[in-house]
Amino acid sequence: MQNKVNKYLRSEMLPHIWCPGCGNGIVLGALTRAFGLLDCDQDNTVVVSGIGCSSRASGYLDFSTLHTTHGRALAFATGIKLARPELKVFVIMGDGDSTGIGGNHFIHAARRNIDLTAIIFNNSIYGMTGGQSSPLSPLNSKATTAPQGTLERPFDLPELARAAGATYVARGTTYHANMLTQLIKNGADHKGFSVVEAITACPISYGRRNKMGNGYDMLLWQKEHGIPVERARKLEPSEMEGKFAIGELHKSDAPEFTDIYERFIDEKQINHREAKKA
Amino acid sequence: MSIRERLSGNEAVAIAIRQINPDVMPAFPITPSTEIAQMVATYIANGQVNTEFIPVESEHSAMSAAIGAEAAGARSLTATSSCGLALMWEVLYVAASSRLPIAMAVVNRALSSPININCDHSDSMGARDAGWIQIYSENNQEVYDNFVQAYRIAEHPSVRLPIMICQDGFYTSHAVENMELLEDREIKDFVGEYAPESYLLNSRQPLSVGAYGLPAYYMEAKRSQLEALKNAKQVTLEVAEEFARLSGRNYGLFEAYRLEDADYAMVIIGSTAGTAKDAVDKLRAEGKKAGLLKIRLFRPFPGEEIAHALKNAGFIACMDRTESFNGQCGPLGAEVKSALFNARLMPEVINYVYGIGGRDVAVENITSVFEDLIRIEQTKDAGDRYRYLSLRE
Ligand SMILES: Cc1ncc(C[n+]2csc(CCOP(=O)(O)OP(=O)(O)O)c2C)c(N)n1
Repeated sequence: MQNKVNKYLRSEMLPHIWCPGCGNGIVLGALTRAFGLLDCDQDNTVVVSGIGCSSRASGYLDFSTLHTTHGRALAFATGIKLARPELKVFVIMGDGDSTGIGGNHFIHAARRNIDLTAIIFNNSIYGMTGGQSSPLSPLNSKATTAPQGTLERPFDLPELARAAGATYVARGTTYHANMLTQLIKNGADHKGFSVVEAITACPISYGRRNKMGNGYDMLLWQKEHGIPVERARKLEPSEMEGKFAIGELHKSDAPEFTDIYERFIDEKQINHREAKKA
Repeated sequence: MSIRERLSGNEAVAIAIRQINPDVMPAFPITPSTEIAQMVATYIANGQVNTEFIPVESEHSAMSAAIGAEAAGARSLTATSSCGLALMWEVLYVAASSRLPIAMAVVNRALSSPININCDHSDSMGARDAGWIQIYSENNQEVYDNFVQAYRIAEHPSVRLPIMICQDGFYTSHAVENMELLEDREIKDFVGEYAPESYLLNSRQPLSVGAYGLPAYYMEAKRSQLEALKNAKQVTLEVAEEFARLSGRNYGLFEAYRLEDADYAMVIIGSTAGTAKDAVDKLRAEGKKAGLLKIRLFRPFPGEEIAHALKNAGFIACMDRTESFNGQCGPLGAEVKSALFNARLMPEVINYVYGIGGRDVAVENITSVFEDLIRIEQTKDAGDRYRYLSLRE
């Protein structure tokens, strides 16, 4: 397995630049192993990322990679996918990247159900700029822009994705790394807009300020608070208070955007040719 | 009474904001200006100010919310850099043409790509024609002093335009310097309360902001906006005079440094002016007549005054910390040359692009520019009039 996935990494770029205790390396590992399970063809796979600590991951992956602007990765990826629907396109984003500055692109990619696999590194904070609250920072959590705690309610990312039209929605954590690998693989196998939220620790800019301990403590927190969805569904809301479901949260079938578009173009071309003949 | 402090440029802006206690600050983090919003958030959490901070989801939203707040009669502001300023582009124009005196702390940084967080002026230079007043600062003291003067210029009844107070990313935003602050009371009295003449939701004077402008009126609207911007020049001088009485520190439209009798002049913006002054001193000590003109007010551009100040220099280097891709000069080069032309002055002008993406500029690099000018005088061969300084070949 190790050798099978090593080729997906630009090993000359390692070691990575993430902070001690950061979970991003584990998400990158899960993603790399998912590429292995998918037996991804490097010449037919594109990795697109936005801006943020998490988006740095594209730099470590040996594919055609596109490091874009803050929040816009999905818009760039939509262009790639429409131009070359046969490519497998993975999109790496942070929580801020995908639901803050890029929130509009997120809901519209979901609405179109375009065949992209979005992996959201959710560390509950704007990591790269030093710990400002993000739209996924829990209510009352502390941030450099909210020293006394945030006053704004966060999004529930899987609910947002599902409601906007995403046809595959899953959530994993860096503690449950094998599950995360499988979820990414399943998301990539699914045709349509797939969202995999990866809960990852930012001990430096989130954990410290919110008294969650170091990277290890934050992994244990994920273990204790991430409840497999099969079990979560059987629990009372009060028992799920402060906890979150992990696993495959939503899967549905809907026409995929590039398919619809190709059919539409083909049909118009045929009509046009026939009109010319007649 | 002045207070001696050691502060970074970002801290200097944040303290000025605390002392002014504006009403609304929507902001979105971006290096190297992020700290400003964070410090204001801390002042709010400590109860030191009653500014309302909005942690918006992008810079476009930050400027939009600032426009909304300002239109509603609230003194508002934001801070940004680089791509953040670029993302505001659409609404920068709306702020200016709606005549809303918003203040913005711009911490200058390069634009993508390649991704680069370091200093150059391509962000604010890209926004130079948006109708905002632009003031640039050399050091942390100037950052503070300029920010304190910002609302007085912007809100002046003959102006009523938004204002950018620019400083160089990291060089001043993060470097700590000794400086002098004024007392909170002095700042409050100097800046005063904001009393807009018209604002939204004023039932005695209903108002529409951002209306449609038909061809029959659009040009007149732009022309009156231009007149207001031109007025900012005189107001900048008046406010500076009043500020000098309070602080003992003098500001003008620009600073002339050993320029009066200079044969070789450099025109520059921002923190590198400090480096250039050292180079000028060194050359003067060798008997070479070098001088410097440091831009403070870039918008409106005080062309006549600058041409007048440069009238004795035969050889001029215009230093642009941005590439503007017009193929013949940078923005400062273009402004200075057109000002000289309008004054019918024909010195040799060489335009340099320097320090972009944070390329270091040392005294020797600046000295080499003056040496180029001296060589041009001796050889009577200007060579390429558009050059890059310290480019790796
Ligand atoms: C238009 C624009 N605004 C702001 C920034 C500054 N910026 C860079 S990364 C970032 C936030 C990153 O947070 P997130 O997306 O959650 O990713 P993380 O770093 O936590 O992985 C911000 C605000 C930018 N690059 N571009």
